[in-house]
Amino acid sequence: MAKPTLLDVYKFLPQTNCGECGEVNCMSFASKLLERKYKPTDCPPLVKDEKYKDKLQALNKLVSPPVRAVVIGNGSKAVTIGGKEVLYRHELTLHNPTALAVDVSDLDAPETIEDRCKKIEGFKIVRIGDELKLNLVAVRAASGDPNRFEKAVEIVKKSCSYPMILCSFDPTVLAAALRKPEVADSRPLLYAATKDNWREMVVLAKKYNCPLVAFAQDNLADLKSLTLTIKKAGVEDIVLDPGSYTEGSGLKETLNKFVMVRRAAIKAEDEGLGYPILGVPAVTWLDGGEDPVKTYEETYIAAVMMARSADILILHTLQPYALLALTTLRQNIYSDPRKPVAVEPGLRTFGQPTEESPVLVTTNFALTYYTVANDIEAQGNTCYLLVANTGGLAVECSVAGGQFNASVVKSLLDDTKIGDKVKHRKLIIPQLAARLKGDIEDTTQWEVIVGPRDSSQIRDFLNKIWPPQKN
Amino acid sequence: MKSKEDSVNEFIKKMMNLLQDFGEIEIENVELTTEELRLMIQPVVQAAARRSEVVQKVEEKPLELVKATFTPYLEKFSGQIVEIQIGATKSEGGTRGKVVKIGGERTMPFYSFEASNPNKPAFAMDVFDMPISLTKPVKQMVEDVMYDPAEWAKKCVNKYGAQIVSLNLVSTDPLLEDRPIQQAMKNVENVLQAVDVPIIIGGSGNPQKDPLVLSAAAEVAHGEKVILNSVTVDMDYKKVVKAAKEHGHTVVSFTPMDVNNQKRLNRLLLDEGLPKNQIIQDPTTAALGYGLEYAFSLEERIKLAGLMGDEDLQMPILAAASNAWGARESWMKVDEWGPREIRGPLWETVTCVSLMMAGADLFMISHPATVRVAKKLADSLFGEGSCEQKVESWVTSLK
Repeated sequence: MAKPTLLDVYKFLPQTNCGECGEVNCMSFASKLLERKYKPTDCPPLVKDEKYKDKLQALNKLVSPPVRAVVIGNGSKAVTIGGKEVLYRHELTLHNPTALAVDVSDLDAPETIEDRCKKIEGFKIVRIGDELKLNLVAVRAASGDPNRFEKAVEIVKKSCSYPMILCSFDPTVLAAALRKPEVADSRPLLYAATKDNWREMVVLAKKYNCPLVAFAQDNLADLKSLTLTIKKAGVEDIVLDPGSYTEGSGLKETLNKFVMVRRAAIKAEDEGLGYPILGVPAVTWLDGGEDPVKTYEETYIAAVMMARSADILILHTLQPYALLALTTLRQNIYSDPRKPVAVEPGLRTFGQPTEESPVLVTTNFALTYYTVANDIEAQGNTCYLLVANTGGLAVECSVAGGQFNASVVKSLLDDTKIGDKVKHRKLIIPQLAARLKGDIEDTTQWEVIVGPRDSSQIRDFLNKIWPPQKN
Repeated sequence: MKSKEDSVNEFIKKMMNLLQDFGEIEIENVELTTEELRLMIQPVVQAAARRSEVVQKVEEKPLELVKATFTPYLEKFSGQIVEIQIGATKSEGGTRGKVVKIGGERTMPFYSFEASNPNKPAFAMDVFDMPISLTKPVKQMVEDVMYDPAEWAKKCVNKYGAQIVSLNLVSTDPLLEDRPIQQAMKNVENVLQAVDVPIIIGGSGNPQKDPLVLSAAAEVAHGEKVILNSVTVDMDYKKVVKAAKEHGHTVVSFTPMDVNNQKRLNRLLLDEGLPKNQIIQDPTTAALGYGLEYAFSLEERIKLAGLMGDEDLQMPILAAASNAWGARESWMKVDEWGPREIRGPLWETVTCVSLMMAGADLFMISHPATVRVAKKLADSLFGEGSCEQKVESWVTSLK
């Protein structure tokens, strides 16, 4: 089916222009509904008035994405996965970034479980204004023992506020953990229903209102058969695990399945496969092996799964270098493709600069600019920052490609009239542009100081060289 | 003989099986005291009271698996990416012992359920013709050969498994050493002699000097089917194209992050009479964390456009994964982020494999770990290597 149009959507609205939603009229609500700024239930009359019941239902169906959005957990730490509408990032922003879980085993000692939980929740790194974090804890019933699992889940619940994935193919084991109301009410993801245990798993998922993973590792017909069955039995929030083989030809099959599943959902609107995809890079560790080799392997497997539409990944590693790389990749892939590459060139000020303050220059590649600006701000520097028009290229690229050159710097100095704002004639350039020093000095008659390699070092650098020594 | 604890566990499991939600109770070989039994039954009996309605409901529902079939949705692409051979053997007019083929795709990278793409991506390692400032993790790997490009090239090929050597003549930069062209060409000759794999010859990025450097290199490497890296719209690209045609080389068409500019420059090169299979496009590689998404989406768009029949975008794609070393996460010493000796190469590897999935055909790489891992991944994605994993056992058997 083609994407719904404005009129398709408008047809199912009350068309009274009552304004209760906060919009001026129903058409405006319709347009924001299409942009996913609203849900159908954000229209108060549709919800309140019995006579609109059919319209609401039809509208929900019309605007629901071909890949179902599934919520795991509740409250502020709840995670939504799936909800995808496109195959490729450039078509439209991808919604709901890949959720990242790390496993704990019920065979581990309570202190170990606690420690892993603390590390999972403790992983936080701020990058360009975003906080990079993990999202879930996957508790494995490695023991197969309901009591032991129940206890492990209890420890996890106490030591970490992230939602859980409860992992066992034995329904009695999952049932043991779900007996605790604080576990059952936290809406964990149940892993996993198979062709053998689906009856019991469905009962658990329904009873405790939990999303459920359907696992079938052989082929997609089996997986589809399972999801159709589960759905028919009344569970709607399903997550797909087509089996995560991580080596040799198995890896090829796995990634092919990811693509086929997502294509089936979006291009063929295959109802049985319109669910989020779960990948388990942790499988990499099945044959043992040591850090850092296994972590390295697990990380690149997770990266390619993320690039191939995985909506949720279960990891084993807790190495910060691995988590940093993966959360950064996620931040990249899930950024808005309409975001421009370049920012406005010109002059920016930080703090309350005076005529004695240092003048720095950088390029107008958005990420370069924001990285530099964030660093300057976070370090509390007072300075002028000149943003050169390099056509949206980073320092290294634009020095190599010639977009960052002496005449660009000269016109930047002229256009911003920075010479009127400061008394000195000293310009700090990035170290990656060091080779332009002589050229810029000849062209602008300003003294060029080669700055640090990285903007995180600006404060230390300024402390050393600013204010300049009088000769 | 079962221990008492095992028996209790077994019993609880089965009791749960019945009372909690489902199934029939079977009590076998269970030895329990009355006290144990009383303690255990307490919680489950309460649960039993809540469950009757659930069980009833499920009985109206399917009792058997719903039958399903699956046929993958296949795209019919009318276009194909051109195939390019890098390097030429003696019988082909060169002196290379090995040649590498890239491109030729009929579908998106590794979509082998849809069509089989003929070539794996290829991996070149960077060599510079003068010692330059390298990040610590990279420097550690090449420190002993940094002063001799030929030795550096050999190490990349023999020790690190590079399939191609990418020789960057940065010394020719007027703002650096401004090495005379004829002198710089010595290293081209030396590297061609030192290794028998194909080579890429890069300029310094100076738009005035590069056309002179690259056309001189084209002549020196006559017949070797090297890659001249690169031409841009703001340099005398015609001079480089002329030399490439005359001496049988491939040219990299380099543009800064814009699909339309890429298309335009490719078209200009085609209009100069350079055949499509002598052009590789480089739409700029941004590092993980520093705009990787732009490169990722550009490559997907370009590859899709080529497959859908856009003649101006049907050339293989080059990605400089080594740009990852510009990211502070790859080289800066920050304890919180873990050791940079691993973090650095991993940063390059993740940049590389992500772009492999997006559509890049040829990579420039600085660290041997990336070469090793990316090659292994490419092999796997071409179905090579067995897989013995019992994937469902991860829940219980993870080490």
